[in-house]
Amino acid sequence: MSVNILEINNLNCSYNGMEVLSDINFSISTGDYVGIVGPNGSGKSTLVRTVLGLMSFDSGSVTLFDSPLGSFSQWERVGYLPQRIKLFNPNFPGTVEEIVKLGLLTEGGKLAFAPANKKELIDSALEMMGIAHLRKRLIGDLSGGQQQRVLLARAMVNRPKILILDEPTTALDPETREHFYSLVEGVNRKEGTTVILVTHDTWSIGKYANRFLYIDKKIIFDGSFDDFCKSDEMTAFFGEHAQHLICHRH
Amino acid sequence: MTLIEIFSYSFMQRALISGLLVGILCAVLGVFLVLRRLSLIGDGLAHVTFGSVALALSLKAQPVYVTLAALPLVLLSSLGILKLTEKARIYGDAAIGIVSAAGIAGGIIIAGASGGFNVELFSYLFGNILAVSSSETIMAAVLFCIVITTVIINYNRLFAITFDEELARSCGIKVERINALLALLTALTVVLAMKLVGILLVSALLIIPPVTALQIARSFRLTIILAALISAFSVTAGILLSFALNLPSGGVIVLLNIALLMLALGWRRLFSFQGR
Repeated sequence: MSVNILEINNLNCSYNGMEVLSDINFSISTGDYVGIVGPNGSGKSTLVRTVLGLMSFDSGSVTLFDSPLGSFSQWERVGYLPQRIKLFNPNFPGTVEEIVKLGLLTEGGKLAFAPANKKELIDSALEMMGIAHLRKRLIGDLSGGQQQRVLLARAMVNRPKILILDEPTTALDPETREHFYSLVEGVNRKEGTTVILVTHDTWSIGKYANRFLYIDKKIIFDGSFDDFCKSDEMTAFFGEHAQHLICHRH
Repeated sequence: MTLIEIFSYSFMQRALISGLLVGILCAVLGVFLVLRRLSLIGDGLAHVTFGSVALALSLKAQPVYVTLAALPLVLLSSLGILKLTEKARIYGDAAIGIVSAAGIAGGIIIAGASGGFNVELFSYLFGNILAVSSSETIMAAVLFCIVITTVIINYNRLFAITFDEELARSCGIKVERINALLALLTALTVVLAMKLVGILLVSALLIIPPVTALQIARSFRLTIILAALISAFSVTAGILLSFALNLPSGGVIVLLNIALLMLALGWRRLFSFQGR
């Protein structure tokens, strides 16, 4: 039975007096794989940052696991993978294992599990991402693709119910990007984890996501990728040529 | 003179104990500060300490009270730096510069108004660990226990915000609270360390051992342990050398740290060449 994990009603958000999100309404159920796409400055990242409580909003409501965002405290049920850490310090001395272990922190910064389970969870997350052999390496010594797999393992180590990824493949080469997407697909299919993936990669995400949300400050389209491609409304919005390019690249 | 004879002097025992405690504290906190690019906070707070010390000396306070008198102002200044960064959107280094300038300007005015710089104020500027009193050693031990216990309890939170503040926030960690905690612990340590190496060199103990450890350590935990060991070694060797050669202890400790950093840089260069 699918249950609502995230529900957003009449969400309005502004930044420095500029409207960023307007009247956003949608809900996400267990096992969904939702791709959120839109042009630069369309509010995609603002939307996920709001859901994560990293940004405040003007009006509306956000409900996570039936709790209003303001009183939600079970952050171990939410995995988050930001764009490759913005100011990533290449000299940061953390090992892969130390970084993945960070994902076990919960509200208040305590570790969520007993030491015995902790090791098992870390091992399992490293295996799942195919980086067990890198566990003692410094994260700064790894390639961009490997670093992103480490951060995905960190987001997955707590076995979250929902995984939120904000443009995770920026700066990755096409081959690494495809590999990364297939890892996320595995997490969704095999683990049953709900996935929200924000990306510019409209044509790529169409392959994986079962639901497609196109936003540009407000929701322009909400449905399957196939419906998106067949929609006359979207043809009018993008123009036939652009829609063809988005829908027929794979 | 043998080592046993040197250690038999009670002033040397006090110097070594307080030196080790403060050196380890600076190194441990320094790892978090250096990686968060806040390493000059020690320098800024040391300048505020100068202002506080000038004020306390102008009021003819006893040495132990001079240290205690500096605490409230330095603690407030550490929070002030954070507030300037978070609320006024001033870059961290600029915020440190502003607070630092305010501290040193206040110190100069107070020192001038009370008849100019005297020998005692100079002893705080350059430090003299061999003159540490018993009460200051006890104070160092108490503060060491408080700071180290707080760091151990908050290790995961500190590690998380050092790696990435946004990721830490997404775990539900109260980042502002942990930042304030780190600033307060640094302020406590700076006040304590001024007697050791002096106000002018206190930031060296916060910066150089962590930077040296970062050249060779292969994990975060090891970086902290190594920084503490490097600091402990340089403080012990520095005190002994300065005593044997009759040189200022603060300067010797800092130069020893620089020498260790050069060795570590050489080691890293050699290691990376071999790795190719």
